[in-house]
Amino acid sequence: MFSNIQNQLFNNHILSLSQFDRMMLEDLIQAILYMKTHGMPNALSGKVIGSCFMEPSTRTRLSFDVAIKRLGGHVIGFDNNENTSSRKGESLSDMMCVISSYVDAIILRHPKEGSAYLASQLSSVPIINAGDGSNQHPTQTVLDLFSIYESQNTLDGLTILCVGDLKYGRTVHSLIHALSYFKVQFIFVAPEGLQLPQYLIEDLDHNHIAYEVYSHLEKAIPQADIIYMTRIQQERLDDTEYQYLVTPYLLKKAMLKKAKSNMKILHPLPRLNEIELAIDHTPFAYYFQQATNGMYARMALLTLLLNKQAHWGTLT
Amino acid sequence: MNSIKTTVHQVEAICHGTVIDHIPVGQGLKILKNLQLLESKTRITVGFNLPSKIMQLKDLIKIESRLFAKKEADKLAIFAPNATINLIQHYKIMQKDKMKLPDSIEGLFACPNLNCITHDEAIVSKFKLLQQKENTALTCIYCERRFLQNMLKMI
Ligand SMILES: [Zn+2]
Repeated sequence: MFSNIQNQLFNNHILSLSQFDRMMLEDLIQAILYMKTHGMPNALSGKVIGSCFMEPSTRTRLSFDVAIKRLGGHVIGFDNNENTSSRKGESLSDMMCVISSYVDAIILRHPKEGSAYLASQLSSVPIINAGDGSNQHPTQTVLDLFSIYESQNTLDGLTILCVGDLKYGRTVHSLIHALSYFKVQFIFVAPEGLQLPQYLIEDLDHNHIAYEVYSHLEKAIPQADIIYMTRIQQERLDDTEYQYLVTPYLLKKAMLKKAKSNMKILHPLPRLNEIELAIDHTPFAYYFQQATNGMYARMALLTLLLNKQAHWGTLT
Repeated sequence: MNSIKTTVHQVEAICHGTVIDHIPVGQGLKILKNLQLLESKTRITVGFNLPSKIMQLKDLIKIESRLFAKKEADKLAIFAPNATINLIQHYKIMQKDKMKLPDSIEGLFACPNLNCITHDEAIVSKFKLLQQKENTALTCIYCERRFLQNMLKMI
């Protein structure tokens, strides 16, 4: 069942969403589903994974650490650049050459775009990109996609409402890219100045994906199967600007009265105040399940990278 | 062939060498810079804003005593995708080729994205090329950002 993805991911790198196609994403979703229902406690037994976080990202790091431990593997590494030699001027290139000689795979988080691709050119073991600047964070995209599938039981025929910082939001860009392989339509709601970049609009047109742009959040909600909320980085705006610009784009419980019953809200977390706390206890909230799915998605990806033939059992 | 002959006479004819013709106006200078022949002793004749039947105006470059290899010529295609390369021997056109855009280009441009890893490490830039109507789009293989050719600066 996973023959396709196994052949392509085994001993390979996970750098960017552009390396996946629809079939691989569908296989991957099945693999994550298997991880979630059965687990695979020995998939990484005897393996050591290097976890190199050159900028802090506690959630992503913890999620990978737990995934590795649940698969029976070991983690070494560091979680910021305080103690590493990059401060003494060692290049990423040198560091990747050295670390890849110690471990079976490297998880790399780095503030510069393209760092993961560079690492993949130098490393003798698989590289997993855990975020390269504002470019890619493929494991996040995979877990987002899986959460949409899990909550709707399909990825086709859905209306995805994307809200917030659509200009700088890396997660939403990658998700739009990934969903473009499926029959979806988008609604975009963003404050002025934070709208989706033109090149992404062109990609949507090129892929014949339908989209609409709404200025009023509440009016868009009744159509949505998924609301994908993103954080609006407060440091990009001053306080008055923030109040004025952002307030209409914060999701309140009262706005959900006309929401579809199957509608789920996702957020890459951590949130600031984009989602009112009162929503947490409604059936619409799905962001904590989404965070849990991050662990299963990473378990599935690590297993596929390091096992040519995993015993997936049978799934229907 | 007639039009070529007329063109060739717009600037002094060469005996042996390469004529790059039908260069979009303004791109001639960039090609010259890229050829890095300006400091060498190679004799180069240049025509800017020459009249052209096909393009109205065009740039033209003649390089004496040097025959361009196909690969060498294709590298210049980024500046002039529709230019023609004429190889001249004894005042005659021996070979005439249309430039072809290569799939990728290395070391020619710096990535305009200042947060791209290529600026921090000792690595050669590389872009994938895609012809889009009038313009050429370049995608940095490192940071995956896409740029139009006129946004890029040569290294
Ligand atoms: Zn770049």
